[in-house]
Amino acid sequence: MRPDLEIIAEVIKPGARVLDLGCGEGELLAYLQTSKQVNGYGLEIDPDNITTCLHNGVNVIEQDLDEGLDNFPDDSFDLVVMTETLQAVQNPDRMLDDMLRIGGECIVTFPNFGYWRCRAYLALRGRMPVSEHLPHAWYDTPNIHLCTFKDFERLCHSKGLPVIDRFVVDERHLARRLMQRFPNFFGHIAFYRLGRPNSGEA
Amino acid sequence: MAYSVSSSLPSDSVGLVSPQVFAHPSGFSLRCGETLEGFELVYETYGRLNAARSNAILVCHALSGSHHAAGYHSEDDKRPGWWESCIGPGKPIDTDRFFVVCPNNLGGCHGSTGPTTVDPRTGEPFGPNFPVVTVEDWVDTQALLADHLGIDRFAAVVGGSLGGMQAMRWATDYPDRLHAAVLIACAARLSAQNIAFNEIARQAIISDPEFHGGNYRQLGVNPDLGLMLARMVGHVTYLSDDGMRQRFGRQLKSGDIETAQDVEFQVESYLHHQGRSFSQRFDANSYVLMTRALDYFDPAREHDDDLVKALASATCRFCVISFTTDWRFSVARSKELVDALIAAGKNVASAIIESEHGHDSFLLNVPRYFDVLRAYLGRIATEAVDAP
Repeated sequence: MRPDLEIIAEVIKPGARVLDLGCGEGELLAYLQTSKQVNGYGLEIDPDNITTCLHNGVNVIEQDLDEGLDNFPDDSFDLVVMTETLQAVQNPDRMLDDMLRIGGECIVTFPNFGYWRCRAYLALRGRMPVSEHLPHAWYDTPNIHLCTFKDFERLCHSKGLPVIDRFVVDERHLARRLMQRFPNFFGHIAFYRLGRPNSGEA
Repeated sequence: MAYSVSSSLPSDSVGLVSPQVFAHPSGFSLRCGETLEGFELVYETYGRLNAARSNAILVCHALSGSHHAAGYHSEDDKRPGWWESCIGPGKPIDTDRFFVVCPNNLGGCHGSTGPTTVDPRTGEPFGPNFPVVTVEDWVDTQALLADHLGIDRFAAVVGGSLGGMQAMRWATDYPDRLHAAVLIACAARLSAQNIAFNEIARQAIISDPEFHGGNYRQLGVNPDLGLMLARMVGHVTYLSDDGMRQRFGRQLKSGDIETAQDVEFQVESYLHHQGRSFSQRFDANSYVLMTRALDYFDPAREHDDDLVKALASATCRFCVISFTTDWRFSVARSKELVDALIAAGKNVASAIIESEHGHDSFLLNVPRYFDVLRAYLGRIATEAVDAP
């Protein structure tokens, strides 16, 4: 399994109800179904990904995230997961609201635009960074809302969303000491585990 | 398979097939309270039932379908079964892997007991007196057919439109007897608009002077015109605006608009042909009966209008497929179904297929649709057939 999915799978409790937004080929759900008896569903719009999910016996639902998640009732899932998709949705902030409305907790992963290589690319070449991980040109990229870890944490703070856990890794999904000290510079991908807005705060 | 010298039929077809008859000799209680003194179902099968009897797929037909889903009835048969595109060796419902069963529903007019059958109590055809049949009755009779064939559990029950409603009912009424239900271009209940179209079709038939309250057969006549109109209305609703524009546009079949002489648009000619051929092959009483079964279908009604509760008894996997231009059984109806299945905690997958062919898409070879079916049923084969 992809190392980033392995990291997520670790925190998921057996038997949990999991909704995976932008589930891709369904590797996470396929793994969770067999190893943790998780009742999971994945939303996806790419036809090839959907076919692969069907082939793998994954509960894939064809649904465009940008058309909203109103069809999912409050508290209908234990956990809502979104791996490397937040930067591609129309309204990431409202998406977070929806995720935490549907599930008590959510896990979000996304690439850090403040990663030193991005910064260096922009600083030295004066052009929008293109890399193996973010291979698209600025005019045809699905990644319309790239942000840095700092940006994201600021958004969480302004929404009062508690960060239960944060885990930062490099391109190979390895966690090194330097990136734990300066995540927004050395960290490439972050996993954020968020809870519902703190109640009782004035 | 290669073309054999003696056969002119396509090599990807199940080839020559012949219908069989299952006779249920004893009384059968219908949901409406009436009892039939036995019944017959005509059915066809394709492929081979394996030793473990685990590779059977039940195909449920829609409003105007029949037991003849695939293959040909003779070497010079021009018209294959209604789902020839989908059922056969190497096709999405792969007869190299699966044993496919397709019955004609009770109340139909293709050989199963229905309005054209002679009522043993009167010696006359049932005609308009054939009891009201429901989707639930169909599923009950299909289960008896499965008993007869020695099939305890279907790998999948598959149906489009009204056929999907039967698959849904299989899932809730016989949860132990299927591994998967595939619901295509389907809905959990008809909308008011949908019922309205069915009522227009019924009124076209009933108001034909040759209908005679449904006793036309005894008088040696047939409400051809009413059936034709019913089919024309139905057919338009099965196509999409875009699809009709692409297929017919404003092309003329004959005449000249300049002089307004004998003008016939292609679309008119097409509908006339469809209507006429339908009136030759379909019984009017059956059509009235079947459209009513469609209208009355509403599993949620018995559960305080709560579809989630209605689906609670199901244990099978579900696959729900809809088509973008289908306005008769729209994508929104399929989404309702999917949402209810998720809320009920069932295993469900769904796909929304881009197609310009409206409701009729479910009968056609739309490449992505068939990819989805093939992938899903391939998975079902590994789960239910290879390792049951």
